[in-house]
Amino acid sequence: MEKVVLLGDEAVALGAIHSGLTAAYSYPGTPASEIMEFLIRQSAGGKNFVAKWCVNEKVATEEALGVSFAGQRAMVSFKHVGLNVAADPFINAAITGANGGLVIVTADDPGFHSSQNEQDNRFYADFAHLLCFEPSSHQEAYDQTREAFDLSEKFGLPVMIRLVTRLAHSRAPVAVGEPRGKNQGFKYGYGPDWTLLPANARRRYGDLLQKQKDLQSYAEECRFNQFSPPEPGQRLGVVASGLAASYFREVVNRLETRPAFLKISTYPFPQKKLLELIDQVDEILVIEEGYPFLERFIRGVTGLPGKVIKGKMDGTLPASGELRPEIVARVLGLPVRNGVSLGDFKLPARPPQLCPGCPHADTFKALNEALQGYERGNVFSDIGCYTLGALPPYRAIQSCVCMGASVSMAKGGAEAGVYPSVAVIGDSTFAHSGITPLLDAVYSQTDMTVVILDNSTVAMTGAQPSFGTGQPLDRMLVGLGVSPEHIRVITPLPRNHQLNVGIIKEELAYHGLSVIIARRECIQILGNK
Amino acid sequence: MYNIIISGVGGQGILSIAFVIDQAALAEGLYFLQSEVHGMSQRGGAVESHLRLSETEIFSPLIPLGEADLILSVEPLEALRYFSFLKPEGTVISSRTPYVNIPDYPPLEEVFREIKKVRESWLIEAGQLAKQAGSMRAENMVVLGAASRYLPLHEDNLKKFIRVLFQSKGEKVVETNLKAFDLGRQAAESQS
Repeated sequence: MEKVVLLGDEAVALGAIHSGLTAAYSYPGTPASEIMEFLIRQSAGGKNFVAKWCVNEKVATEEALGVSFAGQRAMVSFKHVGLNVAADPFINAAITGANGGLVIVTADDPGFHSSQNEQDNRFYADFAHLLCFEPSSHQEAYDQTREAFDLSEKFGLPVMIRLVTRLAHSRAPVAVGEPRGKNQGFKYGYGPDWTLLPANARRRYGDLLQKQKDLQSYAEECRFNQFSPPEPGQRLGVVASGLAASYFREVVNRLETRPAFLKISTYPFPQKKLLELIDQVDEILVIEEGYPFLERFIRGVTGLPGKVIKGKMDGTLPASGELRPEIVARVLGLPVRNGVSLGDFKLPARPPQLCPGCPHADTFKALNEALQGYERGNVFSDIGCYTLGALPPYRAIQSCVCMGASVSMAKGGAEAGVYPSVAVIGDSTFAHSGITPLLDAVYSQTDMTVVILDNSTVAMTGAQPSFGTGQPLDRMLVGLGVSPEHIRVITPLPRNHQLNVGIIKEELAYHGLSVIIARRECIQILGNK
Repeated sequence: MYNIIISGVGGQGILSIAFVIDQAALAEGLYFLQSEVHGMSQRGGAVESHLRLSETEIFSPLIPLGEADLILSVEPLEALRYFSFLKPEGTVISSRTPYVNIPDYPPLEEVFREIKKVRESWLIEAGQLAKQAGSMRAENMVVLGAASRYLPLHEDNLKKFIRVLFQSKGEKVVETNLKAFDLGRQAAESQS
């Protein structure tokens, strides 16, 4: 079989292509962006299949649902917090069900490498009553994606795949199979199933509940969930999911006798296999990347009489952060080697920072100066490269919560007496989730200043296209009802500093809604031209 | 199992080194698993890649503490950042050329002194040799060249995939990078 070198993200993407993908949608976000990057490269400009960045994750999911309704196979992918944005269509797509195969990929970020939280999206799959895969290797990422499309059509439900950063962003050879063609013959979904009026929704939710036992029996027999009994004399059982199972497999051969081992890569988790393990051991160690999802189920309220359960909830494993092979080794009582010590040498950190020549740097310098003398002001900010403006030497922003929150928080802040209340948001983040709160501010004529950092791209994640840049952005602002005389455009360059400070000061002083567009192309894009 | 940590600063071409080693490993029928960093850290921050080569299946994408055979660094301070991963008998091959984008960068002599505490350590004039090869951006290939005799891979295969990596940028870029590799290899040989 042919072997291809792939990132975990790319293994999912290729699995989807080989499953007869008709269309894929996404919004950029680390660690999921490389799924769509790969799909776009392979799509031959849309000739082979549709592969598109969308304005946000909710829209992406709904577009994929439309493809599924039309009887074709669709995939949507995003980082873990993207599923919060897409939660509404996600939960309800479980109730409408899928027609053409519909696969939803979420890349979780344990360890906060590039995210504001480390939420574990297996809870979402459980919440929506959907089947979920959690691959433990690149090969499984590919194989499970193919399986996910087939199962989605078999059960008539969307299927979720949960990746984590270390799998998404590591590379290994993957054996690939024969590609399958696209679904032939359009057959639309049955209208009443897809029209969630209460009467229909009640019936469809009943159908979803009915299917749970089918999902459960699939998971019991699924080849990705594997149980191996303990070697004689061993009273420990290990339950490990996804990548955690691989960390366990990395170190298990160093143990004198092998513990019982239940590897879980498919949810709902296999209850019978779990009971089989519990029967054969006195102590159960639960290892999982993310929150203690399995561990909570296994512990229940009362625990297991006569058994000791260890994991994240009793402090055996760290409750937060990424797993590492030596953490798993240590918990199993195996020695861990010491590396080379630096002794007294003080190693300075090298945090990420704005690139030399970045337009955001000039905007922050001007904004900081314009705000001098105000005592009750605040700069609410958002998610992108410019969040680095929180760090020295700028220290220019005081919030970063979720996509678009800068504009809404500035409005709330203004209504609670913050003045000047400033929002700083990038052009793509504005398109993603900043437009609706701005419409709110227009309606209320809120006394606030929105600074849109228009660098014409989604810079942090690798320069994907922005949906709210340039002239269309200007027209959008007028269309939303922002007063044209308070839409100001500045060019953030060192030589324009005084001019820009003056313009920002004028708009801060204006008691109403202003929008300042700080427009200059991302230096990275410029360098690549 | 041969464990390598490749390190440097975002933008120094860490992933290019990883690409060449990965492809050479695949060509030689080895298993490999290579973890890398995307996203926020790439903006001038510390960047590392864990690269594992083996004749048998590899499970963990991360190298356990104290189990790296080689630290291959395009920047001297960044070599030190991963010393907790290095086996005491392991090897360090690093550029001598600092990338100073932080206010508290320590005196360079102190950085070198720390690196030199590892018995098998080589500091390479990567900046100067890259310039000699034709481009400052080829520092990464100088360091790879310097490390090449430690890697369980054939030099020919490494060079083959340097060619593959840069071929879309034209023959001149390919030649520059191959020359950078050779200069790095020679520099390491002349030191030993």
